Amino acid sequence: MNVKQIRILHADDTALMRISREGLLSLNLAEMQAIQAYFADVGRDPTDVELETLAQTWSEHCVHKTFRGLIEYSEDGSETVVIDGLLQTTIMRATHTIDKSWCVSTFSDNAGIIEFDDEYNVVFKVETHNHPSAIEPYGGAGTGIGGVIRDSLGTGLGAKPVLNTDVFCLGLPNMDYDALPKGVLHPKRVFKGVVAGVRDYGNRMGIPTANGAVLFDDRYTANPLVFCGNVGLIPKNRCGKEVIPGDRIVALGGRTGRDGIHGATFSSLELDDTSETLGSVVQIGNPIMEKKIVDALLQARDCGLFRSITDCGAGGFSSAIGEMGQHTGAEVHLENVPLKYAGLEPWEVWLSEAQERMVLAVPSENLDALMQICDAESVEASVLGKFTDSRKLRVLFDGEIVADMDMDFLHSGLPRITKKAVWELPQHPEPNASELAGTDFCSKSSQSEITEMLFKILSSPNVASKEWVIRQYDHEVQGGIVVKPLVGSENDGPGDACITTPVLGSRRGLVVANGVHPRYADIDPYHSAASAIDEALRNVIAVGGNLEHTALLDNFSWGNPDKPDRLGGLVRAARACHDIAVAYGTPFISGKDSLYNEYRDTTTGEQLAIPPTLLISAICVMPDVGKAVTMDAKSPGDLVYIVGETYSELGGSHYYAMQGYIGNDVPNVRPKEGKRTMTAISRAIENQLVRACHDCSEGGIGVAAAEMAFAGGMGMQLDLANVPRDASITADSVLLFSESNSRFVLSIAPENRGAFEAAMAGIAVGLIGTVGETSDFVVKGLRRETIIQTATNQLKEHWKRTFRW
Amino acid sequence: MKPRVLVLRTAGTNCDYETVYAFQLAGANTDLIHINSLIAGQTKVMNYHVLAIPGGFSYGDDIAAGILFANQIKYKLADQLVEFVESGRLILGICNGFQVLVKAGLLPRLDRGILQQATLAMNGSAKFECRWVHLEVKKSPCVFTQGLNPQIYLPVAHAEGRFTAPNPILDQIESNRQIVFLYISPNGYAPKYPDNPNGSDRHIAGICDSTGRILGMMPHPERFLTRFNHPRWTRERLPKGGDGLSIFRNAVDYAQSNL
Repeated sequence: MNVKQIRILHADDTALMRISREGLLSLNLAEMQAIQAYFADVGRDPTDVELETLAQTWSEHCVHKTFRGLIEYSEDGSETVVIDGLLQTTIMRATHTIDKSWCVSTFSDNAGIIEFDDEYNVVFKVETHNHPSAIEPYGGAGTGIGGVIRDSLGTGLGAKPVLNTDVFCLGLPNMDYDALPKGVLHPKRVFKGVVAGVRDYGNRMGIPTANGAVLFDDRYTANPLVFCGNVGLIPKNRCGKEVIPGDRIVALGGRTGRDGIHGATFSSLELDDTSETLGSVVQIGNPIMEKKIVDALLQARDCGLFRSITDCGAGGFSSAIGEMGQHTGAEVHLENVPLKYAGLEPWEVWLSEAQERMVLAVPSENLDALMQICDAESVEASVLGKFTDSRKLRVLFDGEIVADMDMDFLHSGLPRITKKAVWELPQHPEPNASELAGTDFCSKSSQSEITEMLFKILSSPNVASKEWVIRQYDHEVQGGIVVKPLVGSENDGPGDACITTPVLGSRRGLVVANGVHPRYADIDPYHSAASAIDEALRNVIAVGGNLEHTALLDNFSWGNPDKPDRLGGLVRAARACHDIAVAYGTPFISGKDSLYNEYRDTTTGEQLAIPPTLLISAICVMPDVGKAVTMDAKSPGDLVYIVGETYSELGGSHYYAMQGYIGNDVPNVRPKEGKRTMTAISRAIENQLVRACHDCSEGGIGVAAAEMAFAGGMGMQLDLANVPRDASITADSVLLFSESNSRFVLSIAPENRGAFEAAMAGIAVGLIGTVGETSDFVVKGLRRETIIQTATNQLKEHWKRTFRW
Repeated sequence: MKPRVLVLRTAGTNCDYETVYAFQLAGANTDLIHINSLIAGQTKVMNYHVLAIPGGFSYGDDIAAGILFANQIKYKLADQLVEFVESGRLILGICNGFQVLVKAGLLPRLDRGILQQATLAMNGSAKFECRWVHLEVKKSPCVFTQGLNPQIYLPVAHAEGRFTAPNPILDQIESNRQIVFLYISPNGYAPKYPDNPNGSDRHIAGICDSTGRILGMMPHPERFLTRFNHPRWTRERLPKGGDGLSIFRNAVDYAQSNL
């Protein structure tokens, strides 16, 4: 055994920073100085175990310094304001203001908890696993899903995992190999790796993966993003937890090895071409071990054998035990930790992020019963020590003290830092109307130009069918999925959200959806965030969900927050989260941030940052899934409507992107209108007036209507003249491809016309066409000319061919 | 008295919850039992009328799908299970359970011993796939499928589902009428991928033993118990119950009247 004293007591600032850098501690100078001061009081140097414990506990990953710290913020050159806790003052404040009685636990446990039915609550958490997935896509994504499943298991006294979600943001899969930055894996390899990772972990766990998205942008090439989410079901009387001095600390599950050391601090660093040499920072997953843990834990939970539980994630035991014993104290004997192989130093045992481990607080009288269950399930469990009333974290190895620190210092000693943030509205080049496709109606080529543009958007990687991914995930296991990710006459249309009934025999369901709009953030992260919320909620509403019982999660993946412009965008996005959540009455219940998603190309010296990416996940409790609808056109003769007004908002649209522009007119959210629209549609679906409903988003009305037609295997005749629109819109292409928020394309049976239109009173709504007898897909423009004339199977072929891998 | 069903699980079994639910819905008393308990003698299989091995990834499907579970049966439970079968009781293996039964030699069981005569190999597409398939229910002695519609619709979700065996074995399975389910194309043509989702020999999706009391199948009947499980229930008129439910009802009814 080898425990080092780290000489910091007499180190100057330069030496302190060298110690931090060389140790991969990711601690800044103020933090190193605070540690120096604490140990000066104690009168000795810290051990490596102590310093590493502090680095993990104080890492951005574990403590969210940026979101909880002070920010000096200035917008468009205006006066600087100080934000005291960005999370507290925006996202958490929204939850407080909305004050829903069905919120059971928000922002405190490993996942948010909401009420489900009389017997159960539901937990939901989404996390990122970006840095590991960049280096080792398969392992990174697999342990990403494994980690978030353990979040559900570690919430309350343990929830049964019932649904997975995953969202990937990747570089373009057809990228030229020569253009790859040094040390970066090709996006196609990353894509195949992360899909296989989620597939092999999620499928083996027996959890349906039924919702997700895949986004492509060349700025994700060096920093791919992997978001993994899990929903769990938990009995109402198992949602609280406590630790009482004397409780035994029990580690349960996998053995500890050298894998995943420094994961928490690693994720607080920018990547470069040397990152892949840090091989041990990526964990190694074993889904069957985790499945055994679920089997054993849920039995122990139902027998009431433990008082508290958490998962061993970032920082390993140091974080898990440090957190559980925060208000009591803990004494740990590291020699009791079962190891994969001999030779680990104490600090390595303490920090290892080896997967599939949970830590429990077990009253000593329950130990035998717990061990019996673990034996029967072939799960290893070991008593590592006990919780004390010393308010100290004491770690021993073979009787020798290797760490002895005050819990108060560990959890409250972190100096609050002030970061600077600025934000200025960028000005992007605005295209001339004359250069855009399908805008010149004097020319005969316009019809084919618009049709071609629709084909092009449908086959672009962001919009194209992801069936290749979806079918590799088991989305039927557990027998409860009632609206599947793929819907329609040939089971291959793009569903808006999935619905599951986690309690078999009950028609009460959960709707799960997501929204994410990184391209809008190039113009304004505020509207990007607002649009992401609007989109997630539209997806919920489109399948028959409601706003009244819907909760949100936020996941920020951002660039380096120490750079004021990156942080300025983060402030904008967080403010939108507050404003829009409050307006819609949908509280945030949990969230996570992954910052420092930047890559330094050591050949060119270029700094590659991701587009600011906020993933919004939504979960809705639906009283009767029998009322659900899907997006596929149902019967010839059905009437097609657009609900919600269309504005001239092509900024960040697919239409502009296809032609090399970003533009400036980013879609805004007008929450008053949006809420009225969503509430009315929700009621109309509840009253069974709607046969098909589709979120109108990427690619606008053109893409939404095309998808409905080909998912139903039917034609459609549309007339844009009846689209409710802003008076400024005169071009068909704007009307067809604008991505204005809070809009739905839907179809109804002709006999319900009167009732439906009455239900839409006071809302912008237009009857724009009918579902056809033949497979013709025909759109007439504002000047009554035919602007699109094709067949639905043509549209579908363009949509499906991109990822027919 | 309600028939008693033992749903056997181990590390990596993951379709146990819905399989238990399906048998309960069909009217059985169902216990979910870990194989450790059977091996330790804490549970007696002869106390049950039906044994079901549900889907999942037993022991991670390490080495090959179902093989470790199959070896446990072969080397630790063979006598008990042969006694169970010979006494006229029923065994159902779904997906991983089918893989286990084939690799343990309990299917097709042409010589009534426990010798492996076929296998379930990696899908022709070389990857895990989850999709719904059309099945023809063949005329067979299988007690689980008596009175079923001639065509049914169920989901598959597997990576190793390609049923394959030497031709003489396949011929014998066929002439014994041990083929229970075939993948078919809905429009009547010879099935190609993805109608036959894994490239199985002769489009075989499920087989029984010569007595018809052991059934193994790759598709998941427990995932189609109500019309809401159907992928197109929002667009098609469908009966309330799903195609899969009849298979569990048949097992329970048979046990009720014969065991």
